[in-house]
Amino acid sequence: MTQAFRIDNGGLVDREKKLSFKFNGKTYFGYQGDTLASALLANGVHLVGRSFKYHRPRGFFGAGVDEPYAVVQLYRNGETEPNVKATEQELFEGLEAKSVNCWPSVNFDIGAINNFLRIFLPAGFYYKTFMWPKSFWYRIYEPFIRKAAGLGVASTKHDKERYEHKYEYCDLLIAGSGPSGLASAYAAAKNGAKVILAEDKPRFGGSLLTSDVNIGNQSGKDWAEGIIAELKTMPNVVVKNRSQIFGYYDHNMLVMSEKVSDHLPSTKKYHPNKRLWYIRAKEVLISSGSIERPIVFGNNDTPGVMLSSAAKEYLKVYGVLVGRKPLVFTNNDSGYETAIEFKKHGVDPIVLDSRKNPESEIIDEAKNLGINIKNSYVVVAAQGYKKVKSADIANISEDKKQLGKIENIQCDCICVSGFWTPTIHLASQSGNKTKFKEEIDAFVPGQSKQNEITLGAANGVFSLEETLKTSFTAGSELSKKITKNDYKIAIPNVVEKKSSQHDKFWCVPLPKGKNYKRFLDFQNDVAVSDVEIALREGYRSIEHVKRYTTLGMATDQGKTSNLNGLQLVSEIENKVVPAVGHTTFRPPYTPVSIGAIVGREVGKHSKPTRKSPMHLWHEKNNAVFVDAGVWLRPRYYRRGNENLFEGSKREAKNVRTNVGVCDVTTLGKIDIKGPDAAELLNRVYTNAWLKLPVGKARYGVMLREDGIVMDDGTTTRISENHYHMTTTTAQAANVLSHLEYYLQLVWPELNVNVVSTTEQWAGAAIAGPKSRDLLQKLFPNSDVSNEGLPFMGYMEGDLFGVKARIYRISFSGELAYEVNVESDYGNFMWEKIIEAGEEFNIQPYGTEALSTLRIEMGHVAGSELDGRTIPFDNALEGLVSKKKDFIGKRSLQRSAFIAEDRQRIVGVVPLDKQTSIPEGSHLVKDDKAPLPNPKLGHISASCWSVEYDNPFSLAILKDGKNMIGQKLFAMSPLKNKVIPVEIVSSHYVDPKGERVRS
Amino acid sequence: MLYINCPHCGMRSQNEFSYGGDASVKRPELNKEISDKEWDDFVYNRKSLRGKHLELWQHISGCRQWIKVERDTATHEIFKTFKADEEVA
Repeated sequence: MTQAFRIDNGGLVDREKKLSFKFNGKTYFGYQGDTLASALLANGVHLVGRSFKYHRPRGFFGAGVDEPYAVVQLYRNGETEPNVKATEQELFEGLEAKSVNCWPSVNFDIGAINNFLRIFLPAGFYYKTFMWPKSFWYRIYEPFIRKAAGLGVASTKHDKERYEHKYEYCDLLIAGSGPSGLASAYAAAKNGAKVILAEDKPRFGGSLLTSDVNIGNQSGKDWAEGIIAELKTMPNVVVKNRSQIFGYYDHNMLVMSEKVSDHLPSTKKYHPNKRLWYIRAKEVLISSGSIERPIVFGNNDTPGVMLSSAAKEYLKVYGVLVGRKPLVFTNNDSGYETAIEFKKHGVDPIVLDSRKNPESEIIDEAKNLGINIKNSYVVVAAQGYKKVKSADIANISEDKKQLGKIENIQCDCICVSGFWTPTIHLASQSGNKTKFKEEIDAFVPGQSKQNEITLGAANGVFSLEETLKTSFTAGSELSKKITKNDYKIAIPNVVEKKSSQHDKFWCVPLPKGKNYKRFLDFQNDVAVSDVEIALREGYRSIEHVKRYTTLGMATDQGKTSNLNGLQLVSEIENKVVPAVGHTTFRPPYTPVSIGAIVGREVGKHSKPTRKSPMHLWHEKNNAVFVDAGVWLRPRYYRRGNENLFEGSKREAKNVRTNVGVCDVTTLGKIDIKGPDAAELLNRVYTNAWLKLPVGKARYGVMLREDGIVMDDGTTTRISENHYHMTTTTAQAANVLSHLEYYLQLVWPELNVNVVSTTEQWAGAAIAGPKSRDLLQKLFPNSDVSNEGLPFMGYMEGDLFGVKARIYRISFSGELAYEVNVESDYGNFMWEKIIEAGEEFNIQPYGTEALSTLRIEMGHVAGSELDGRTIPFDNALEGLVSKKKDFIGKRSLQRSAFIAEDRQRIVGVVPLDKQTSIPEGSHLVKDDKAPLPNPKLGHISASCWSVEYDNPFSLAILKDGKNMIGQKLFAMSPLKNKVIPVEIVSSHYVDPKGERVRS
Repeated sequence: MLYINCPHCGMRSQNEFSYGGDASVKRPELNKEISDKEWDDFVYNRKSLRGKHLELWQHISGCRQWIKVERDTATHEIFKTFKADEEVA
């Protein structure tokens, strides 16, 4: 395959490096330095996709980030990525891409029938049509729309690529490496400021790569290369290409996506695919340039119609002709620059200028080259379906309302220039109040809200001389403020051709009897007629018009369509453009890979994994783990082919009959010290704490100020002014913050310090009738008898030379102890317990057995303390002091909290003693009652009682106090179960609590 | 992302902090008889102010100190930050 449209010389591609690639299954060749777009154009390929709504053939419209059409599905190194702009994707050996939004193929697309049905698909079509009948939405409309819509397919595979995040701080962040970016970066760098210069394209230089100018006796391109080369040598400067600053957030935080590997056939080892930079800049200089805007005319979406600046870029940067018979349609001098480039490469363009008699240096040059120029001429309509074949052109009257006789001329591309739109997205995102600049018919940044300044074309300044002057000055002044250096730069002299005034003309009227589609938004297929309908139907706010017509809502965010849309609304509404206003610019400026936003935080890296010091032992002993917050905890220790149910039952049973050991390291632990520690506890917990003796533990419940239970746990008085608090695993961080809040802000007079010691202690709960025998064996020199270490007692012990803390506390309801040692000795402790416990038939038990044990004892946990219950609901009102005040006490007087029929914890047993009740089931009186069946309560936790060998659940039930003995139904629509149940006491096992005291 | 000057640690990004609500709310004294209205105002009722607002933040991933931040809720401008026990001028 030859590259028939590649000129022999010129361009910045590396002709030594020929690359092969595939597009829609066909093999082509291009060069290193091409984009997929330029390589396809070099091969004469103009048809790349189908439009979103009407499935009309689509080609290339731009040459960069503004591209609305050439969105492809990319295949690279076994991965696929949708929504890739062919104009941005650099070519690499073996690249594969496919068209999107067309079926079965781009050349024959069945959806194109929408093009002929288009009178039925006007603005708001979806809103009007798919509303009724209601049942049709799921069955017919939605599946149809889903199949028809979309720009590519997301991969369902796990992404093998790596994405990184980076935080950076700088004095000046400069967005864009065109003339203003280079000048300001250079001036600031010379003043010693820390500068980051970001360029979204692979090549630095912006407009200097394509414009015919001289700076300091060099071509613009050479000057840019020199500046970049010098900047790269400076240690205070970071220069980044392929890096798009896409969002401007609060307090001068900007986010940039760096494409590290997209231009390579595969990502290098240890390299990320993309890197997301969070940059906090003292000053931001926005030099994002401008984007050429189209002129609207009939069939202006035909492949071959493109921006004149894009045609010039393809020629000057890539050495590619977009056509051999070009028609240039312009309302300003920029079109002539493109025409001149064509002419210089032996191609004869025709220029249609909507202006009557424009005069400037550029026009003179075009005339001198003998270019055919037709003044007061416009393109009425492009002709050709999959590619421009000819153009209907006509003379236009001075008021731009009347067309002369239509003539048809042959051409193979139409290069359009409707003047320039400054890229003000970043400035607007920063909160800058933009203003409309009449001379250029476009918005420019106005009043800054943050430390930002917009320079050059992005600020509506199109003269290179002025741009360089203001940019050198801005870079110098802003950096001087920060570094106090004042390096004097001689501003180089500039040779550029002067332009004449553009024509305020943007839309060609329809000729009589013709009904050509004239597109405003090329990606979302929004035509002039659609906006007219929206306005006719009463939409006035530009934000509403946008949403109703979808104008500017495609992935290109209307970079080429917004302003023409505003022009149209202002014309119909008879308002000036600034009165219409513009829609809000929101980040991201251009689509950003989800992978880049997520960064490294995927899969198991999405949160830290916390493991106890005994984790390896658990692993070796067949523990099946469960996530408990960020902790990994053994759920049960599998023996043979046991399942969870069998294993946990065995473990729980062994605790009730022998002795078990459970890793409780994950419990939150807070060290509390100071003379006022008891007073703090007394205010934080609902029960009394002032008289707790040294060496004793107490169970406590803490509330939020609204009276809801926040957490529970035991706190032990280690010494006079030293307490050890435990919290639930889940609430550990919140409780610490809670204590800090009251100590720092509410009662700073309390002399107390709190610190988390969760990681400092490893904990093992030893539970079961034989636990004391085991403990005695572990601590032969300590008196652990019922008298020596009574229930809720505490002592220190010596565990084979390791200092241990022994608490006689119980969650399982059995005689139980908790032994803590410093974390480093956790595994030592565990192994000693298992070793010594062998003769007592010890078994480790996991969280599932732990749950079973606490549920059948009626001990509450997270599923009851769910942020909706007060102490009474959990049968904990006995712990609520009537004498003293504490956090949340006043709320307990609220009428709902003292209602006679207040909800309360109960036990629930299925009548058949067989059927387990799903957690979350609702308790109802009548299982046949019409929906919504009044709910009396819900099942909070379920287990298989090992004591009675039947299912048992806890529930929070309305008027639970008076419901014992009642027969109700537990209904679980999710599990499709209706279970007749009896309400019993929540203390199913050992209701008097004798075992823990035995 | 906000850039908050922790009076103990200096300029830090918002993701090191957690938000703690209106700093002007004063908890009623312990053991004091108060009306339902007073208590409700303390627990629940907050003004959703537009403009300058004194609020609490905790530097949870830093010094763990609660601080007061004077911030414009509409523009996010931060005027001043204070230590927990500092008088707000």
